[in-house]
This record gives sequence, C-alpha cells and structure tokens, in this order.
Amino acid sequence: MQHVTFGCETAQESLLDIQGLTLSLRDEEGWVQVLNNVSLSVKPREIVGVVGESGCGKSMTALSVLRLVPPRTSKLGGKIMFGSTDLVAASEAEMMRIRGRHISMIFQEPMSALDPVFTVGHQIAETVRRHFKISRKEADKRAVEALDAVGIASPRHVATLYPMSLSGGMRQRVMIAMALVCEPRLLIADEPTTALDVTIQAQIMDLLLELSQKTGTAILFITHNLGLVAQSCHRMVTMYAGEVVESGPVWDVIARPRHPYSSGLLHSIPDSSRPRGTLPSIPGRVPSLRAMPAGCRFEPRCSYAVPECSATQTIQHIADREVRCHRFAELSLAGAGT
Amino acid sequence: MNSTMQPVGPAISVENLHVSFGRKNQAVIKAVDGVTFAVQKGEIFGIIGESGSGKSTLGRAMVGLLRPSGGELMHGDVSPLALPSSEFNRHRRKYQIIAQDPNAAFDPRMTMLQSLCEPLHIAREGRRADRIAKAFAMLERVALPPEMANRYPHELSGGQKQRANIARALMLEPRVLVCDEVVAALDVSIQADMLNLFARLREEFNLTYVFISHDLRVVSHISDRVAVMYFGKIVEFGPARDVIDRPLHPYTEALRSAEPEVIQDRAKARKRIVLQGEIPSAVNPPSGCRFHTRCPRARDVCRADEPKQRELLPGRHVACHFAEELMAQAEPLAVQPSRISEASAGL
Repeated sequence: MQHVTFGCETAQESLLDIQGLTLSLRDEEGWVQVLNNVSLSVKPREIVGVVGESGCGKSMTALSVLRLVPPRTSKLGGKIMFGSTDLVAASEAEMMRIRGRHISMIFQEPMSALDPVFTVGHQIAETVRRHFKISRKEADKRAVEALDAVGIASPRHVATLYPMSLSGGMRQRVMIAMALVCEPRLLIADEPTTALDVTIQAQIMDLLLELSQKTGTAILFITHNLGLVAQSCHRMVTMYAGEVVESGPVWDVIARPRHPYSSGLLHSIPDSSRPRGTLPSIPGRVPSLRAMPAGCRFEPRCSYAVPECSATQTIQHIADREVRCHRFAELSLAGAGT
Repeated sequence: MNSTMQPVGPAISVENLHVSFGRKNQAVIKAVDGVTFAVQKGEIFGIIGESGSGKSTLGRAMVGLLRPSGGELMHGDVSPLALPSSEFNRHRRKYQIIAQDPNAAFDPRMTMLQSLCEPLHIAREGRRADRIAKAFAMLERVALPPEMANRYPHELSGGQKQRANIARALMLEPRVLVCDEVVAALDVSIQADMLNLFARLREEFNLTYVFISHDLRVVSHISDRVAVMYFGKIVEFGPARDVIDRPLHPYTEALRSAEPEVIQDRAKARKRIVLQGEIPSAVNPPSGCRFHTRCPRARDVCRADEPKQRELLPGRHVACHFAEELMAQAEPLAVQPSRISEASAGL
C-alpha cells in the first residue's frame, strides 16, 4: 500500500483518471477491440455512473481498472492513473496490494462472487488479513463489525453462515461488507442491484450511499438503470459500442442530453405521465465488434445522421460536459419526461 | 384504447384460487393463497410483484399448467380442469404462456423453423408445407427477417430470441397470452421495441394478455388494469394508471417509491419509503396481514386480523385495514384529463 501515494491530491484532482484506454481481446478469430479511447475520471468522494446497454464496454472498463482482464488474451493501452500509479503499467504484485485495499469491487451476482465452501465471516476476515498484519481473532472481530455496518441484524451469527443460507439481498450486503472492510478509496459497483427486487434495491442503494458518505469512498457505479444513476450519482458517463459518447453532471445530461444515443435511451423508458401508445425506441442494433463503422459508431442508428458523421468523431468539451457528436451545438434533443 | 369491437365477458376468471406446493407430512408452501379476479376479453391485465410473491405460479395456474389446490378457474365459460385430458390438451392450445428466459425456451439443437413448427406438429395441424409457410408468416409478424428461420438459438440476440419466442406462442393462434417477465432480461431500447410489438400484436390477433412483471413502469405502460401481489395474495387491483398514480395500499405505495425516478422535479417531490426487511419465509407466513412485518403503517390490528378485500373506489379493490386513511392522505397527483378518459376507456 505504501506504493500508492496521493501526495498532490486536492479536491480538483482526480482519484481515478482513465486516459485513452483501449482494450483488445483475442478469441478464435483473432484480436478484436472492445474499448476504444475511453477517458473518464472520478474525484475523491464522487459517485460517477456509467450507463449503456449490454456490450457497450462498461463492465470491461471496470474490469480493466482492476486489471481483471485475462492476461494472455487481452491487450490494454492508454493510462489508468490511480493517484500517481498507472494501473496499466503496474506490476501484478502492485495490483495485488491495490485490489481489495484501495480499490474494491462489487459484482452483480453475489452468489458467484462468494466462495460457497467458506463462511462469510471467514471470507471477510481473509480480505482483512490479506492487507493488514493483524491476528486471526482481530480479523474476525473486524468482519463482524463490517457485517454490522451494512445493517445485518445479528452480525455475529451471520458471520458463521455459508453464502447459500442467505437471501439475495443479504448476500449483496455481505459483498458490500467485504468490499468496504479495508476502507478503500474507490469502490467499483458493477450492476450491484440488478439481481434484486426493487424494495431490496432501494435498501442496498441507500446503504451504499450512506457508507460512501461516511467513509469518503468514491464510487464508480456501472448500471443500465438510468433511474438509479439519476438518484445516486453526481456525474454520469454514457458508453456506446466501446466508446464514451457523453458525460456531465447527472441532472444536466438527463434533462438535456447532447448525444442522440443518450437521448434515445432516456426516451425509451416508459413513463406514466406520457400518454400511452407507442414507446420511442432506437432503431437497429449495436454494430458487431468486428464490423464497427469507421466514423461515428452510432451513425447507422441515428436519426440525426448527416454525411459528415461517417468521419471519425472526437470528444467535444462544453464547460463541464463532454460529447462525441459534431452536431451537438445544432441539435436540441429530448431528455427524460419531455 | 382498443378501437376494434371486442366481445365482452371474462377471458379468464379465478375465484378464491389456491396453489400449494409440498408433499404430505412436509411443510406446505401456499404460493397463491386465495385470489379472485377476472380478466376481460381483449384486456391487458398486469400482475406486479417481487420474487416470491406468487405471480409466476398464478400465471402458470391460469393457463392450466399447474393444478390449483383449491378454488375455481374458468376460461370463458369453460372449466378447463374439468375437461378430460385429451380435450384439455386441445383446449389449452388457445392459452399460451411466454417465459422470461428465451434461452431456456428453445432447444439448442433445433433451428428456429423447427421450433416454430413444432407446436403445429404436436397439434397435428396442417401439412408440412403449410406449417412452414405459417412459420415464415409469423416471423414476419414479429419483424424477424426470413433468414432467421435457419438459425440456431445461439445465433440470435436476446431481443431476437424473445421475438421468436412470441412467434412460436402465436403459431397455435391463442386467445390468451400470459407473458411472464418477457422484457426483464432486455436492454431498455429493445424493451421499448418489444412493448410496442406486444401492443401491435394484440390488435392484429385480437389477443388478451396477462402481463406479469416486477417492473412497475413496464406494467403500467402496457396494462389496462393491474393487480399487485404480495406473498400469495392480491393486495390491490384496479385501473393501471390509477393504481400507480395513487396507490391505496402501503405496499404499492412503497413499490412506487422504490422505483428510481428520472425526472428531477418528481425525484425531489418524491417521498421515499424504504421498506425494512425482506419477504418473510414462505413456510411460516406472518399472522394477520402478511405485509405487517414490513409495513410502515402497521398497527396492532394488522398483526391480528387479515384485511378483507374491499372496493374502495369504482373498480379499485384494496385489502388493507387503513386503506381509507391512505386514500384521505394521498394527494392525487396532477392528473391530466386525457389520462382519466384513457384509463377508463381501457376497462
């Protein structure tokens, strides 16, 4: 942990700064690029939502930050600055010190992230002992405290249980306890509530936000649920086909998206205040990774496309917002509830 | 809502329906515990509930896939469970169900064409050439290109598979389609397409839908009326938008408030109710009102007595001791006139 320094950090400075990240994966057919020039940043204590549909690269971005991509069949390019450490170039030993201690992650399906043959108390204590030189007894105590902190009613008892005897909501609480037990500076939450019922989702989201406020942990929140982003994040980043297409303060983007894809996403949410009838949807499908359009990747599905869109699109900056669309200034796009 | 003339009368009605699981000498789980309602012909009837509420069990019982342990099920004026099995098999072709996971619904070794023709084959309907022609016609109705016919399930995307799933359910020209979480696994933009497709097919095939989902937004968008289930019982039902805009049961109120809001003014105005605890154990249901263990409004009477279902407003049925109180408190949201006429026209 002493290798990670945060010396020059101020409120403006980013905790995590992803710059021009590219990721290629190899399968039987050869190399294919899944992330193209992804840049995004998370400031200390900030909650940033990454939204997009299946296959847009949001989960791959999260996995790249922790370097959980397969080493032999993947190639990472660009920089992932965490404090003063570049996680793309860091050694595996350095990554081991960072994972779970400074950056931790919660996954969508807690059952596959927890080990079925160890008690949950043991698994949390193991995380603590991995990073701190403390006795087993002390680590067990920390595990019980962590379970208590995530609102589990009888933490001492639950610590002795195996994952299979817990409900989905309880397992996700255990995952959060495990992720936050070392008080990391950054938590990556990849669809943490997607497998849960809405009333349990509300509990888990409240818990995450409360803990983040208490410990000052920043959150990179990956989800397809725009409502959850609106409710919990400071800023949001929209990804499409392996690229960031838009980012900005969450309510600004939601009320007035600048990219046709963000607008399309926001508009296809059913809304009880709109008259019933046909829901607006985005025509077509996400292009295949091996057949990406040369210019704007959204162009084949975009109703605002003009010939210039077939040229490569660069990110445009407008105050605190970013958009990958050359027509952003002339378009007036519909947001949520319009 | 629906301009075509529909024959009136219920398509499916259930009365005091019970479905239990468990063998003798074992704990019995009452998945559906006494529900009564009627789905009108041509209607879209939504069932909302969380996991374990019994909504899928109810859906399966409604088409006769599960035998109820008590109560009555009627398909129009036919009592399907009283039919001899050969007749029942013929009868139930008109009552189809579509499940959430299209991956599990298709045989991975059969092409889409084979899968689509199979129901006709089993029903011994038409000749081979007719079946194939019908399969292609049905692919077109669900907006899938004809080349999909020779593909295997793994070659289709999630949305395409779900379209094929619908096409197959329509092959036997059902009267009623029970859709169990059919859009849950899809991305929002594809979900919107699917909901539009469902709306169009209803017109084209004169269908009655039972739309089961945990997603309040989806159900209220597509349905004429909705029933909210909790722990095997219907706690509230009525016209979809009325129920969503002005819940009269604390559980519906909580569900609505748990739904994340994307419109800033509404998000700010929203009173958030975060329910404590989880759905209780199915083996030991709570006494009295089953929601009392999580209900923010629970009082002593809720622990002792089970609330009776009452019609509080025309067409609005609620089972809560304090529904009147809730009705007095609830400020009707700014309702636009067009919405009222729409909601009542849907009935």
